[in-house]
Amino acid sequence: MSFVSLRDLRVSFDGVPVLHGIDLDIAKGEAVGLVGESGCGKSVTWLAALGLLPGKARVSGSVRLEGEELIGAPRPAVEKVRGARIAMIFQDPSSSLNPVHRVGRQIGESLRLHRGLRGAAAREEAIRLMDMVGIPAARTRIDLYPHEFSGGQCQRIMIAMALAGQPDLLIADEPTTALDATIQAQILDLLASLRRQTGMAMVFISHDLGAVSAVCDRAAVMYAGRIVERGDVSALFAAPQHPYTHGLFAAIPEIDADRRRLQPIEGTVPDPKHLPPGCAFAPRCPRATGFCREHLPDLKPQAAGGEVACFYPVSLTQPHREKALA
Amino acid sequence: MATYLLTRLLRAFLTIVLVMTFAFVVLRLSGDPAQIMLGPDAPQDAIDAFRARWGLDDPLWKQYLAYLQQLLNGDFGVSMRDGSPALALVMERVPATLALTLPALMLKLCIGIPAGVYAALHRESIADRGVILLSIFGFTIPSFVLGLVLVLIFAVTLDWLPSGGQDTWRHAILPIATLSIGGIGILARFSRSAMIEVLGQPYIRTAMAKGLPWRDVVWKHALPNAAVPIVTLVGFMVGALIAGAVVVESIFSWPGVGRLIVVSVSNRDLAVVQCLLLVIAASMVVANLLVDLAYGLLDPRLRAARPAH
Repeated sequence: MSFVSLRDLRVSFDGVPVLHGIDLDIAKGEAVGLVGESGCGKSVTWLAALGLLPGKARVSGSVRLEGEELIGAPRPAVEKVRGARIAMIFQDPSSSLNPVHRVGRQIGESLRLHRGLRGAAAREEAIRLMDMVGIPAARTRIDLYPHEFSGGQCQRIMIAMALAGQPDLLIADEPTTALDATIQAQILDLLASLRRQTGMAMVFISHDLGAVSAVCDRAAVMYAGRIVERGDVSALFAAPQHPYTHGLFAAIPEIDADRRRLQPIEGTVPDPKHLPPGCAFAPRCPRATGFCREHLPDLKPQAAGGEVACFYPVSLTQPHREKALA
Repeated sequence: MATYLLTRLLRAFLTIVLVMTFAFVVLRLSGDPAQIMLGPDAPQDAIDAFRARWGLDDPLWKQYLAYLQQLLNGDFGVSMRDGSPALALVMERVPATLALTLPALMLKLCIGIPAGVYAALHRESIADRGVILLSIFGFTIPSFVLGLVLVLIFAVTLDWLPSGGQDTWRHAILPIATLSIGGIGILARFSRSAMIEVLGQPYIRTAMAKGLPWRDVVWKHALPNAAVPIVTLVGFMVGALIAGAVVVESIFSWPGVGRLIVVSVSNRDLAVVQCLLLVIAASMVVANLLVDLAYGLLDPRLRAARPAH
């Protein structure tokens, strides 16, 4: 049985559906990437699963954690899951830490809540966690405030806070997007090594294909509130089958190839209020036919491996993986 | 922290000096106390004698220097009306005003802030809409209208409470209600928007993602952040404790500082008006200092930079 399983998870804001039935399983210890453009529902999926969306959001479907249903569960039950079983870190680390509390206190709060540690014991553990995530001189800096740390260090502190509850699953919601390229690499290394050390599972939400390939075993590509393709990272990157995934790879510059124009995906993500009746990607898809514009493709297993929601998947093989890793 | 405090103190001192100078010049350019005190029919020699007695014939700069010297000696001058010391006149009125403004401030804080926070936590509920409606009602009605309406209802029609005077605690109820209703509305509205703003911040989502119970998210993470803008507004209210009841004191014949301001300005009782303005400016400045200090306590980002580790 998978550790977390999402079934037909749907979210709408003010009557406008933004998530159209997500099915996803996360096994213990595995790392799954969730890829897609801004606004495709990657973050909303997990915010909904943990009940972190604002009150105006309507969530339906099922999110089971080792069989226990979270959607519609009473607030205390969901609060017991947050941080302890499933922890989450966010895109903008500097504003994700409370500016008026010392970082030690913010980490200590999780330690008290999930492990019952208080006083000196909590402090020592917080210092150990800060050491573990690579904050230099943790012992003296534990009493500083978030604004006294850089963005990268704030993300390390967020990670330390997430680790404090010893979660089985860490949701990393674009954890490197707001950071410099060099810091991004450090945070990715840190996440990968923490996963090896602790054995926790991870969902890595990103629009950065290279980052996903660096830390994940499997990946799912999302478009306009649906998963359009998923499979093992190596297969997905070697031979993307959905035209959208294909387009994402074509838009990555190649370092070692001849100079040529990048191929952007023409058009923009459709407005959730005015989704086309058929495949949401059809208006931008070079392979789309009249049939695509009227019918919605289901996510189906493919002969070549993986699952794709497309009537005319791309079949040719290209060395995309190297490109993404470049 | 020491430089932070020192610059604030220096600024406070400069503010008081500026207010004092401005009041001094404007009062002397805006009417002749001799004419006003002695009346339009006063004989010229009486007017001349009055002006000589109070040094009003000297050039402005000379009067100003004399005034400064007087102040440095701790002398705030005497009333032109009855010769009693201006500071004593002002200070004897302060307790009466505080008897209205302090309870009113307490009501504003104890009702306005919780109502606003509650509304923010139950956004778009009936309670929220009620709070918005009542707060708009509270701060759009001018106090002179509200005061008169309250008198009409509770003193004239129902005859439950006296309409003016200062004899018993019952006399204070209507003025305190008039003073507090607007402030409650403003504070409720302000606390609501401050809290809504804070509840939308990423660190609130972090606190929830951590698994904190909602109660702790509100008390430990949202309120301390929402307090910063609220303190600014409360600072203004504290600053207005002494001077904030001019209209209400006039409506309810309450012998406080506000009445004294009205009477001494219309009489051009220079020393008393100047002393009043100094005391009022000082109270505003002290309130501002307290707000600055509170900022430093509430938000570590506003404290002076510490050495980096």
